[in-house]
Amino acid sequence: MSDMKKIATRESCGNALVELGKLHEDVVVLDADLAGATKSGIFKKAFPERHFNCGIAEADMIGVAAGLSTMGYVPFAQSFAMFAAGRAYEQLRNTVGYPHLNVKVCATHGGISVGEDGASHQCCEDFALMRSIPGMVVMCPCDDAEAKAAVKAAYEHEGPVYMRLGRLAVEQLYTDCAGFAIGKGRVLREGGDVAIIATGLMVQEAVRAAEVLAGEGVSARVIDMCTIKPLDEELVLAAARDCGRIVTCEEHSVIGGLGEAVCSCLSERCPVPVARLGVNDEYGHSGPGAELLREFKLSCEGICEKVRALCGK
Amino acid sequence: MNRAENIELQKAAIRVRKSVIEGTFHAKSGHPGGSLSAADMLTYLYLREMNVRPEEPRWADRDRFVLSKGHCAPALYGALAERGFFPVEEISTLRRIGSRLQGHPNMNLTPGVDMSTGSLGQGVSTACGMALGARQSGKTLRVYTMLGDGEIEEGQVWEAMMLAAHYNLDNLCVIVDNNNLQIDGAVSEVMNPYPITDKLAAFGLFVQEIDGHDFPSIEAALTAARAEKGHPSAIVMKTVKGKGVSFMENQVGWHGTAPNAEQYEQAMAELDSALERLEAEA
Repeated sequence: MSDMKKIATRESCGNALVELGKLHEDVVVLDADLAGATKSGIFKKAFPERHFNCGIAEADMIGVAAGLSTMGYVPFAQSFAMFAAGRAYEQLRNTVGYPHLNVKVCATHGGISVGEDGASHQCCEDFALMRSIPGMVVMCPCDDAEAKAAVKAAYEHEGPVYMRLGRLAVEQLYTDCAGFAIGKGRVLREGGDVAIIATGLMVQEAVRAAEVLAGEGVSARVIDMCTIKPLDEELVLAAARDCGRIVTCEEHSVIGGLGEAVCSCLSERCPVPVARLGVNDEYGHSGPGAELLREFKLSCEGICEKVRALCGK
Repeated sequence: MNRAENIELQKAAIRVRKSVIEGTFHAKSGHPGGSLSAADMLTYLYLREMNVRPEEPRWADRDRFVLSKGHCAPALYGALAERGFFPVEEISTLRRIGSRLQGHPNMNLTPGVDMSTGSLGQGVSTACGMALGARQSGKTLRVYTMLGDGEIEEGQVWEAMMLAAHYNLDNLCVIVDNNNLQIDGAVSEVMNPYPITDKLAAFGLFVQEIDGHDFPSIEAALTAARAEKGHPSAIVMKTVKGKGVSFMENQVGWHGTAPNAEQYEQAMAELDSALERLEAEA
């Protein structure tokens, strides 16, 4: 992994939006009184006349974004994942998803790595909620380059997009993400004994785990599955056929996220043993984000344990 | 407006009401009560107030309308048909499989519908977004939205009002159909939204209270709203739920019930004789 400075994907998103804003006048950004935390403030500084604070009113913000999209704008609405996907779920379902409007939701502070704010702010259900909306693209980039590529791809995609971004600064995997495409996963490491399919900051942990496992004689394929919906089913099926065992890793409930998406695909088309690493139908709690990730086994060691158990080691 | 124009509008509004009855009767479901209370305003908006092109429904510079009280789609469809967005014969397909006329408005199916609505409290936010977008791009178009008086019990409505006033959206006109009834009873008994006018004024809107069945009043209020600069406008229109069909008027049971064959015949006969009276007057 690169020695480059660690950066949180929320900040990558803020920077990417500025770059998009320079190229495209139709880009507007909305926030709900969290511009400092979501980093939409970066865009506000560059384009104050194209940044709209909606106050602490996420439901209204999503509706305003929908209205703006019908006027030819490409609105990026930002809040914490809990409030964007959670509180405004029905607005996204009915007012954005149903008419298939060109609204992009860049939700920061997803997962338990939110840390000290505790369970009320640690949204581990957003993938499940957003996957259930017909036509909604769901992405969770893992590092700076991928987050920037995902923001650009979201702009170019016609239709609603939900993107989860993180609070924690993360290590860099990619130097550039030129080949990035919505709906396409990437094989970061070849392997034949097990495939580890990860999303978001779990991708870095998966890469690390594969290295550890190699030392134990286990050859692990690592897949970065930035797009959770639509799922890259061909890549999942190839992994199942080649490796025969799959471990999914996500900073999300084991209910309704990447793991279940992979299971749905495989159970119908190529049943193989799958182990899901995620948050086990429970709430998080306060503490430093990095420590919480270790406590919830959302770590290199947690992945290794899952793989060893699945491989009977 | 002169007397002849007033009579023409009243006749058009009766044709819209006939569409409401026609559509809900054939669908065996739907919401006639609030559709009938909204019919006069919708008629005026589409025939006189709004700058729209039926032959080019997605014309970029058109005025926009969002039916936030989406369940009153039958009246919206009636007004759109009256304005020529689609043939009035299509009204009888309301709520049927394959119809362009969904139970609640769908912007991707029905010519002239500017926003998909149905979940109460959400349309008004989209209208704010449209007004913001219009101003941002230097367009002089206006945005209209209509809410029910029960609908304003939704908290999101007031989030939207705050935003409309905060961004000085004077190109936005919020219309509240104050027919005083919601599904479970009188609004004041279910969850009292009054004083509606004072609340809207306190949120920073320029508010007018009018008789929502009187065309000269509707015209005057919309004209004053257009002239108001610096603030969004609101028109609280006092209306009668079920207006124009004697047995539906002020009856909460007609919120979401379709007429049966006998009721259909009676309602149509009443509306037809009202049309005949107006023709005799003209």
